[in-house]
Order: sequence, then C-alpha cells, then structure tokens
Amino acid sequence: MHATSGIPIVTMSKYSIFSLVRNALGYHENWPLAWRSPEPKAEYDVVIVGGGGHGLATAYYLAKEHGIRNVAVLEKGWLGGGNTGRNTTIIRSNYLWDESAALYEHSLKLYEGLSQELNFNIMFSQRGVLNLAHNLHDMRELSRRVNANRLNGIDSEILTPEQIKAIVPILNTSPTARYPVLGASLQRRGGTARHDAVAWGFARGADAHGVDIIQNCEVTGIRRNGARVEGVETSRGYIAAKKVGVVVAGHCSVLAGMAGFRLPIESHPLQALVSEPVKPIHHSVVMSNAVHVYVSQSDKGELVIGAGIDAYNSYAQRGSFAVVEGQIGALVELFPIFSRLRMMRQWGGIVDVCPDASPIIGKTPVENLFFNCGWGTGGFKATPGSGWVFAHTIATGEPHPLNAPFTLERFTTGFLIDEHGAAAVAH
Amino acid sequence: MTSQPFRRLEGGLIDRDRPLTFRFDGSTFTGYAGDTLASALLANGVTLVGRSFKYHRRRGIVAAGVEEPNALATLREGNRQEPNLRATQVELFDGLTASSQNRWPSLDFDVGGINNILSRFLPAGFYYKTFMWPAGAWMFYERFIRAAAGLGKAPLLGDPDYYERRHAHCDVLVVGAGPAGLSAALAAGRSGARVILVDDNAALGGSLRGDTATINEVPALAWVDEVGGTLEALENVRILTRATAVGYYDQNLITVCERVADHLARPDPHQPRQRLWWVRAKRVVLATGAIERPLVFANNDLPGVMLASAVRTYQLQYAVKCGRRAVVFTNNDSAYSCVSALMGGGVPVSAVVDTRASGPGDAARKIVDSSGVECLFGHAVVGALGRQRVTSVEVMALADGGSRVTGRSRVIDCDLLCVSGGWNPTVHLFSQSQGKLRYDEGLTSFVPDASSQAESSAGAARGELGLDACLRGGIEAGAEAARLAGFTPTEDVEAARCDHVDEAPVEALWAVPLPARRHGKRFVDLQNDVTAEDVALADREGYQSVEHLKRYTTLGMGTDQGRTSNVNGLAILAGLRDSDIPSVGTTTFRPPFNPVTLGTITAREVGADLAPLRLSPMHDWHAGVGANFVTVGLWLRTQFYARPGEAMMEAINREVLAVRNAVGMVDVSTLGKIEIQGRDAAEFLERVYINRWTNLQVGRCRYGFMLREDGFILDDGTTTRVADNNFYMTTTTAQAGPVMAHLEYYAQTVWPELHVHLTSVTDQWAGMAIAGPRSREVLAAACEGGDVGDESLPFMGYLESRIAGVPVRLFRMTFSGEMAYEVHTPSDYGIRVWEALMAAGKDFAITPYGTEAMSVLRIEKGHVVGAELDGRTIPADFGFERMQKKDRDFIGKRSLERPALAYGPRKRFVGLISEDGRKIPRGAQLVWNPTAPKPVPMLGHVSSTCYSPNLGNYIALALLEDADGYQGKLLYASSPLTDSHVPVRVGHSVFIDPEGERARG
Amino acid sequence: MLLIECPWCGPRDDQDFTYGGEAHIARPERPEKLSDEQWGDYLFMRSNPKGTHLERWVCNGCRRWFNVCRDTVTDEITAVYRMGEKPPGAIKKAGRKS
Repeated sequence: MHATSGIPIVTMSKYSIFSLVRNALGYHENWPLAWRSPEPKAEYDVVIVGGGGHGLATAYYLAKEHGIRNVAVLEKGWLGGGNTGRNTTIIRSNYLWDESAALYEHSLKLYEGLSQELNFNIMFSQRGVLNLAHNLHDMRELSRRVNANRLNGIDSEILTPEQIKAIVPILNTSPTARYPVLGASLQRRGGTARHDAVAWGFARGADAHGVDIIQNCEVTGIRRNGARVEGVETSRGYIAAKKVGVVVAGHCSVLAGMAGFRLPIESHPLQALVSEPVKPIHHSVVMSNAVHVYVSQSDKGELVIGAGIDAYNSYAQRGSFAVVEGQIGALVELFPIFSRLRMMRQWGGIVDVCPDASPIIGKTPVENLFFNCGWGTGGFKATPGSGWVFAHTIATGEPHPLNAPFTLERFTTGFLIDEHGAAAVAH
Repeated sequence: MTSQPFRRLEGGLIDRDRPLTFRFDGSTFTGYAGDTLASALLANGVTLVGRSFKYHRRRGIVAAGVEEPNALATLREGNRQEPNLRATQVELFDGLTASSQNRWPSLDFDVGGINNILSRFLPAGFYYKTFMWPAGAWMFYERFIRAAAGLGKAPLLGDPDYYERRHAHCDVLVVGAGPAGLSAALAAGRSGARVILVDDNAALGGSLRGDTATINEVPALAWVDEVGGTLEALENVRILTRATAVGYYDQNLITVCERVADHLARPDPHQPRQRLWWVRAKRVVLATGAIERPLVFANNDLPGVMLASAVRTYQLQYAVKCGRRAVVFTNNDSAYSCVSALMGGGVPVSAVVDTRASGPGDAARKIVDSSGVECLFGHAVVGALGRQRVTSVEVMALADGGSRVTGRSRVIDCDLLCVSGGWNPTVHLFSQSQGKLRYDEGLTSFVPDASSQAESSAGAARGELGLDACLRGGIEAGAEAARLAGFTPTEDVEAARCDHVDEAPVEALWAVPLPARRHGKRFVDLQNDVTAEDVALADREGYQSVEHLKRYTTLGMGTDQGRTSNVNGLAILAGLRDSDIPSVGTTTFRPPFNPVTLGTITAREVGADLAPLRLSPMHDWHAGVGANFVTVGLWLRTQFYARPGEAMMEAINREVLAVRNAVGMVDVSTLGKIEIQGRDAAEFLERVYINRWTNLQVGRCRYGFMLREDGFILDDGTTTRVADNNFYMTTTTAQAGPVMAHLEYYAQTVWPELHVHLTSVTDQWAGMAIAGPRSREVLAAACEGGDVGDESLPFMGYLESRIAGVPVRLFRMTFSGEMAYEVHTPSDYGIRVWEALMAAGKDFAITPYGTEAMSVLRIEKGHVVGAELDGRTIPADFGFERMQKKDRDFIGKRSLERPALAYGPRKRFVGLISEDGRKIPRGAQLVWNPTAPKPVPMLGHVSSTCYSPNLGNYIALALLEDADGYQGKLLYASSPLTDSHVPVRVGHSVFIDPEGERARG
Repeated sequence: MLLIECPWCGPRDDQDFTYGGEAHIARPERPEKLSDEQWGDYLFMRSNPKGTHLERWVCNGCRRWFNVCRDTVTDEITAVYRMGEKPPGAIKKAGRKS
C-alpha cells in the first residue's frame, strides 16, 4: 500500500443517521453538494476519460492511495450513465483462471468494505450467487472451477438440487424440465450492489480528495507529441495532461482511434430488463450459462433480468428483441411462477468484448496513455478492483502484479486468459 | 351487497342490463358490463384503493386509463393471481376478485403508515446516507427495506394459461383508434394498403368515448361506429382491439400485446390468454393521443384529487360521479369540459380555480358563464384538506408570475378536486423509435421532432390537441403513409368535420408555491412518493442531470413509467436551476410502453417446446429395451443399458468388458457428418486440417485436427475419401454445427476460388459402431456379399456394402481402441440395420453400450473429447505436433508459431492412476501439496475420470504443466469441493494397448 | 430487431442470420511472412467503428455469406452486397466521427 494512504477526507460532510436526523429538522435544506461541478482547468497531472464507476474509482484511488490529486475525470454525459447505470449489478469472484480470480477477488474484498470506505451506502448485499448446471458437461466444468476457486482461497461450493431448492424454492428443479437443474455452484460472498450508488460514492469520495469531475465534457481528440500523450481535446476546450487514462467501455475503440491505434475489441449490445416490483420472492442471484439468463430481485422488488449479448457490433444501446424473447423463455422455464409477472422496462448497454473475454488494463503504444477496457459483461463486479489497479498503473507507470497479465500485448504473444464460460453469456 | 350510490341513472356506455358481481378486498360489489374495475369501484363509492410505495399514504383513483399511478390491484387468486394491475385498465367481469396491495394488515389500517409519520427522516435517497454501521450490517437493514418495498405479491403457482406469438406484416400500422387514428386508418385503408389498426381499449373511439362532441353533424360515437364499420368491411384492414403497441424496435418492428382473454374469468378452451404480435410495418402512424398532467400542490395525493379528463370520462363513458361536490383546478381550457360534464351529470361545481389571470378562452368562458360557477382566475389551490379523502381545498391568489401565493387563503368545501396541468403528447413509442423530441413552449410539453424511422405522428400525439386538428391530421398522416408505402390515396377521403374550439393557451405552473413558512408534501410522482421537495434535494446535492434526478429520487421509475410525473419533475428541476426545460433535457422512454406479461413474450416456447430435442434414428429401439438416457447438447443419448436389478456402475462395467472381450455396439448417429464435394475438395481439406489430405486414397479414412485461426483446436474427427472429389467428414457431436459454419465461412469468404461444396448430412445418416475382438465376425455375418476382411477393409479403410438389404457405408476405425467398425446407413433404415447387426451378433454375445461405457473405453485409450478440446488446447498438448504439416499453410498454423503457443509453458496431456485405489474426483486440480497455504499452486487439472474395469482401478486424463518432469511422480488430484485429495501417479495417457495392435487386428 | 435483406432469400429478421464480424479483412496470402504483430493485428484488431460498418452475415436459410453496410449507431442498413463485391460507391470503410 502506498505511503500516502489513509489521508483523512478533508471536505466531505459525513453521512450518518445523526446527520440525517439533524438535516430532517432543517427540512433537508442544508445538505451539501455530493460533488462539485467545476470548470476544467488548463492542465492536470492525470486526466481520466470516462466518468463511469471504473473511471471514478481510478480517480479516487489515485488521490487516496497515491496522493495524486490534480486529477480530472471527463465524462461526456452524466456520471455513471454508461454501463455502470445499466448493468444487472452482480458481484462475484469465482473465475476459473488464477489471474482472473485474483483480480476479481481483490475487487470483491474492496466491495466488502466500500460503503464504510466511501461513507456512502452502496448496498452491497452478499446474498449469494448461484450458477446452475443443466447437464453433465456443466457439472464437470463447475467442479473444475469450484475446485480451482477453493484452492485459490475463494469461497465456492456446489449444491445438490435439494440444497438449491432450499435456497431458491421457486426454481423449477423438476428432473423433467427442459433444462433440468443437476446442481449449482454457489459463492456465498457474491451478491449485488446498488449500481448508481457505486458511481456516486466514488464520485463523492474523489471530489472530496480534490478530483475535478467534469460532466458534459466529451473528449474529441487525443493530442500527442511524438510518441507521448500531451492532453485531450474536448467539447469544452483543450486540457493538457501529463498522463491520460482511458476507461470508456464500449467507446474504447473510438478513443483508441483518436490516439492512432486499434484494439482487439468489438462493442456489442447487452440487454437487460426489470419486472414490475413485487414483494420479496427471490433472495439470491441465479445465473445459467446454458440458457443465457441471470436474475436477482432488487431491494425495490423488481426482478432484474439479464440476457446474453447480441451478436453484432453496435453503439445503439439497444439490441434485438429476439434476444430478450429467448432470455425470457429460459427464465420462465427456470421460474414458472414468473410467467404472469410483467416486464416493466428493458434497455441495452454497449459492452466492449475481448476475444478471450478478459479485460485489457495497462500501457498502450502511446507513452503515458493508459487504457482500461474489454470488460465485456463483467465490468461492474470489477469496479473497485479495476480502479485500484488502474490507479497503480497510472501512478507508477507500470502494472500492478494483479493486472500485469492483462496486457494489450497478449494478443500478439498469444498469452490469452480465456474466460469464455465465465459469464452467463456466450461471447 | 351495496347498490351503486355514485352511478348515474342514465347515460354512459355501460350495459345496465348486464350487472356484474365482483369482490374487492373481500367485500362484494356490483358493476355493469362496460365498466372497468376503477369505474365500478367509484360507482360504489370506494375511494381508498391503495397505499403508496414508500410512505404508505392513502391513495385513490386518479386517472381513467394507462396513466393511473395509484390504483394498482392484485387480480384473481391462486394460479391465476396477477399483481400490480391498473384498476383503470381492468375490464370488469362477473366474479372478478381483486385486492389492494402494499398494506398490512388492511388497506384502511396499514402498519406501514408509520413511514408517513417518519417521512421527514426519509427524504429521497436517505438509504445512501445510513444503514452502514457496523460494516456488513446492511443485510440486516436490507431485510426490512425489502419487506416494505415491492407492490403486489407474485403468484406462487405455475401459470395455467398459455400465450401466443404472431408475426404480421403490413404497409401501414396505425397505433390508436381515436379521432386521428381512425382517420389515418381510413385514409390508408381506402388506398388499398394493408393496414393494421391497433387500440388499447375494448372498443374503438379513444378519447371520443368520453366526449360530447359532434362530428359530421352526428354524435362523435356515431361517427366512430360508421368509420369502424367501413374499416371492418375493407379486406385489407385488420383491426385489433384490447391490443397495446408496447415496443418500437429497429426497422419498424412494433410489438403489440393483445389481451385476448383478460376480460374473461378465464380464457375459453383453446384460446390463448394473451398474444404478442410482432408487426413489421412499412410505415407507422402514431396516433397515441395525449395524457393529462396533474398539478403539484400540497397534499395533492389525497383520495378525491383526480385528473379532470378522468372525471369527465367517468361521468360520460361510465355514468359514474366521482364525488358529491367538485372544485376544478386548471391552467388550461380543457378542464372546462369537465365542468360541463359534472354539472350536466348532477355534480355541483363549487368553483373553478384557474391559474391564469386572464382566464380561459371564449368557449370555456361560455360554460362557466352559463352555469354560474364561481371562477377564481389567477388563483391556485395551495393545498387539499382532509384525512381520509378531500373534504375541502385551500385557495390563494398567485403573484409574481406564479412564483408565490399571496393574500388571504380561502377554504372551499368539496370532496372532489379535478385538476389539469396541461397535456403531454404520448410520445413514448416515438421516443422508442429513436425519434428526437422537441419542447413546445406553447403547449408546455415535448412533441415529436425529427423521425428516425419510417413513421409519423398524428393528432394529439404530435401536439395537435383540438378535435378538428386530430381528424384532419389523421387523414393526412394516413394518406401520406399509404403513399410512401407505394399506394395511391383515393381523392374522396376527406377529413371529418367538427367545430373548431378556440382555446386560450395553457400557462405553465409546475408546482404551486407553498405559502410562506409552511411545509407540506407536494407530490410529483404519486406511485413512488417523490415530492417537489425531493427534486429540490436532489438538485441541492448535485444530482442535477435528469437521469441522476430519476435515479436518486426514483421519479418516473414506477410501473406507470412516470406518465403523469416526468415533465412536471423535469420542469421543477429546470426552475431550480434557472434553466429552460429543453436544456435540462428529457429522459429516454424505454420499452415497453405498458408492462408486458413475461409469458406472452416467450409464448409457446415453454417447457418441452423451449428448445428442440434431437433423437437418434434408433431412439425407439433404445427406449424399447429400457435404456437410460442422458442429455448431450440438444441430443438425448443412451447413457447405459441397465439390466433388471443392475446398478449404473455394474451396467457400465459390464458393457466395457463386453467390448474389450467380445463385441459391443453403440449408437453414434449424433456425430456431425458433412459431405465435401468438388474438384478442390482435397485442397480444401488440406487448408482446414493440420495434417495431409491430398495423398489420401479413395476408400481410405484419416484422423485429423482442425484449428481455429487463433491456433486452438476446433475439433477432431475422421474424414473418408469416398470418391476422388467426394469426402465424408465426421465431427464430434457437440461441434457439428460450429465445424459446418467454420468450413462454410472459409469456403465462401476466404477461398471462394476453390471449387468445393459443403452439405451437412448429420440427420441423413444413422451411425453405429461395433467394437471388440469379434466385431469383424459380426460384420461378416451381417453383410450381404463382399468380404470385410483385412484385404478389402483394412484398418482406416472404407467399403460400401449392404446389410438387411439396405445400403451401408462401412468404416474401419476405432474410438475404443478395439477392432471396430462404423456402419452408416440412411437414417430411415437405422433401426433395420441396427436390429440386423444385433441379430448377427447374437451368437457372439453382442452387447449394446451407451455413452458412459464409450467414455471409459476412450479414456483407457487416451482418446480426447470435448473435455480436453475445450478451446484452450493445441495439437502439441496431446503430442500431435508431428501431425502438423511443415511445408504448407493451414488454418491456425501461424498462430501456433506465436511465443505463447510455440515455446510458452504449456500443460500437456497425461494419464493418472489412483495410487490408493480411491476414486479420482471429477474436476479435480493437480497439486503438489493439497494442504499448502492458499492460494495453492495448481499444476494442472483432471479433464476426464473413470473407473477402469480392465485395470481394476480409477484412472483419469489430465493436462499438466511440465508433464515430462512429472512422469512417474506422485501428485494429488485435489477436490476441496468433495474434500478428497487423492494421490495419483502420473503416466502415459494410453492405458491399454499402447502399440495399437488390437485395432489393427 | 434488424431486418436484413438476404441477396437470395429476401428480407428476414436478424435471428435468421448469423453475424460474422467486420468484412473485407483479407486472410494474408503468406501468413508465415508476417511478424507476430502483423498476425495479431489480422487475428484480433478491429476498427469497431461508431458509424458506418461493413460486416459479414450468413443466412441461416440458404447458408450463404454476404456483406452488409450498417450504421452501428442507428442500426440503419444502407447496402447489402455479395461476397467478392466492393461496397457501393459512396460508402467508405471508415468510422464516422462522432
């Protein structure tokens, strides 16, 4: 850990039950801004492009862990408005390969203390994540992954259909189901968090450390001096920067294009939907690789349902209704009682998919320009961990051991980290 | 049973000859055919219908249609229970049972009402600021928050009804059958275009069903009937009622949810409950009307505060009086028609409070002048008073352009307050279509601007609120849509005539100011309990983007999608920020427009019909002898054939030994089969396989690996040269589809110059493998004519013959390692040939075997399957590097030369034997020391494991790093999952007959 | 849901097709002559443009591959052309600035 960690939060007014009561007496007219809306300065030590969870976390840890406070986060729209605010909020770390497991586990551990760290309730609810197995092949893959997880020190177990039924009584575990449930892996420490709160909590924390969060500021160009980055052109003028970190998910190829290189990434729609809110009926998170659906119930009562990605490239933030149809078919088969519930809202995000379904976090062909992208469908669960290692990479100029394997060069050397099958989606 | 005290004796579109009985919260009421649940409840004087989401405040019916935020009920019971239905959209039927939601123990006395008392401590987003201590305590608090949240209860039983999907195509889709939609459908229909007209309601007419206007000198409804009749008579027009257009997707795909049987106690036999139409339209006309906005003032959520248009609809369409004495509060002229409807229906109006100092236009003024209702212009209702429901309202004068209220307040008694804050065009579908919205200052609302798809809006949906404009705009939009779809509109279709009503413009008043030094709840979003003060709090804390406002306060996130609240909330935010509304922006409207039953979306693809099940041509034979089946992808395969009283392992061991010692037969019809033909077929194989193919003789087979371009193995399999330019390829079961797609891709896009044709023939050929030392004898006994000895059918040879009079293809190849043959025959003859072979093998004790025995046999021989070829392995991992052509390119070759694959540390294929006779666990990881501190270094993993009856021990195949170094060494197959850490000896991957002599015979 | 016009089967919903990624990426004639960087570029690097995208699809009915020009922001399809053909005149293979 860096020497400057533990710097007290200087400007943030503390949230607590007491401050809530005190402010209630004043009709809530005295709450301060959660973050400022400053005008951009002419120059920063570090400019982070992208005001989603990952970008804000990067800025927060740059300031807190590395003492780099002259930082701007540039967001073309509203902060947390991309995939952070559009995902199905599942958090887990039960990945197959050591490299992935270490990175996601680091993130999960940060999540476990994040509400206190940020003094902002991100509602991390460790309600357990189940991955269903529907055939012998699934069971074998689950066993392999769970054993690897356990040897890596990550909590993971396999449940019998009876044990699953005890946790998810409404699940169709009939042996005659079209997709019978033979078993499931369970990570009890996995769960969900309130996605917006993660972005807002990091924003408030970063702001308190002096980071400038600049919304409605679109980066339109990356200025280079030879091999080195100098700054960014934006819709609000040129901003000079000693270092630039780009963490823009689905738009990473566009930014890479501005810097003069290409990425091994395609941007795809990923769709999700919520049902109307109902009283608590589903208390865990259920994912099924085979049928491409995952479902949890939010604190508001909505069933939050995710689908597989659409096959084609798109920046449209919407996908094919056929994908939603297939996802709901699988859902109703797994949960027959959901048939009479109703879809309230559907939407799409733009996910940046790498050929090996693992992210790229590190250096680029341009000096002092760093990219963090390729999270595909798995970005939300990595938010604090991703920001933490990316901050380290930017601050020191070299990757942390946790993200060292996740280089761009692996697509030249072939040292891929193939996590296909890690998510409930076929990439 | 109570009478219907608030029902007018005459008028309305209800059928008084058909009384219906229904129950709400256990009490029995009556209504009439034509009622909605809401109108019937109002007719019975039921004003308290629900509790709000957060504060559990008492709530009544506000609206008469899709915009209703409060009156959500659970309908029906048992397995047909359905939560969160809007009472305003539920058609009444006899025996209907409904109950209120989100209250305990009862609607009238709700414990959750404590939240209202504590509401001061529960502002927007309060949960982000607390429940954080001690760490990890959130889950404790969360339990209570979850229990308090949610609305209705989900059913606990499976759905007894079924659903349908229907695909439809048309030239012009008209959404909405009000004045504009009917006109559009008429103009388009007359042109000959295929028209689909959809409307949410049970009958045509839209807003005209609660209107007193005249069209073409007849009552509006007579005109509706006439147009409806004309459209019905046109063969090219299809009318769907009870059908809501819910989603507008790419390239004019519109989903329409038709409620086929929701107005019945249960669907008729053979009738779906709902049907989802997927309509592709060349052109779309959106005639979706407009939705009235409420006004925002203190206590505006009290039961008895209703939208003026809804009160008018209840009065005219349902003959229901919504109260005994009314006050009308408005900022526009439309509410004055509510005044005339109330007065005409016997509900006295105490006052009209109009925020506009100059009052309304002439037509509206005529209504109040003739009825003598007191008018308070330039005034506003600053608060609704009452505990259970409205008993009076407090009115004050507005000053400084509506920014404050002034003077003495005056209290006016009433039990009904009709409010109108202007109209929002229903732009949801337009917005879903990616069309851009424009803020219209005159209308104080968002209207469609540039279209993004082949679509136009008509009537109130585009901000033309007057009836005459709707009729005219509908005709124009319908004719234009037909023309753009390639039809010629007929000249004789003219817009219907009606009187033009001059209205004074609406004057925005987004929130009525609170009198000085007063606090109160002014609700913006009734369903989610978001107040004007919450909007101010969000702004104060920096949640200043519209999306932040929504997410922080939950404004507009309810089941009504903020139909009555979005624009008010946005405008209040703009006011706080001293900004104009367009620059604050608007939120995106997401599909569906109205919630859609999940069952309707999946339709008939449920249960067994969710995905196809593939059966072997010999399936019936296996089933007939009582085989145990297992799912492999979409296939159902025989896992093993247990004899009576035989356990699974016993059966498997018996089958394995039968193959090793005598002969067995297994169904391999699921293997992928591809015919590769053309003069360049051999050259094509040369490019897609790692090994050599051009030198393969006709009548010979060869085993090969196929790589992806990134160097990893796609599949393995055997391909046979049937004729010079004709190869017959087999793939693994799982990869049949991907291999076919892979080959087609290269044949068509990369090497189109090659003369090669690919045909998947998986379903055309049945396949069976006979294996074991006596397999040749069985084959010889079965084959009609022709020798099957080593001469004519050597190892890896191919022969065409006949069995049971049927042509067969014989391949001498082995998966078990024994002498073995594959027999392929046209699928329809599968059982015939199988039975012939069984009969021929009887004397040799032929034993049918399943996938489990097949798996044991191949593990004993170290043959790879999908468990090893998992997309992460290369040929060298299995010792097949010498198979790779050195002198020419093939798919994936260059990738194998990259550092990671050429000389990176790779795990290689080994065999494992249990050291202490214990079972080697499935999915185990190979470790040096299972009790080492975590993370325990993993050296490899077990890919396949089984009990070998031939070795009398447990064996496994694995991928292991430094495989050569660990040869002969002891490692642990570690499975923390089963808490077993089995010592295993590392050895060669082939356990039986390493020289391969048995196969060659 | 996209409506794609197969040159042989006519317009169909996107679920009747399979997507094949960026078009006009020619497989190198002599892969062995390429450096690891060049080969990695061919294998993995994609323009992934925001705007006009030339892409390949295969029809699940007639099993034939063809090219599609689609805007990745609006999903509008402006051209469909056969394998081996060049994109229609005005369309350039380049990302739209946005």
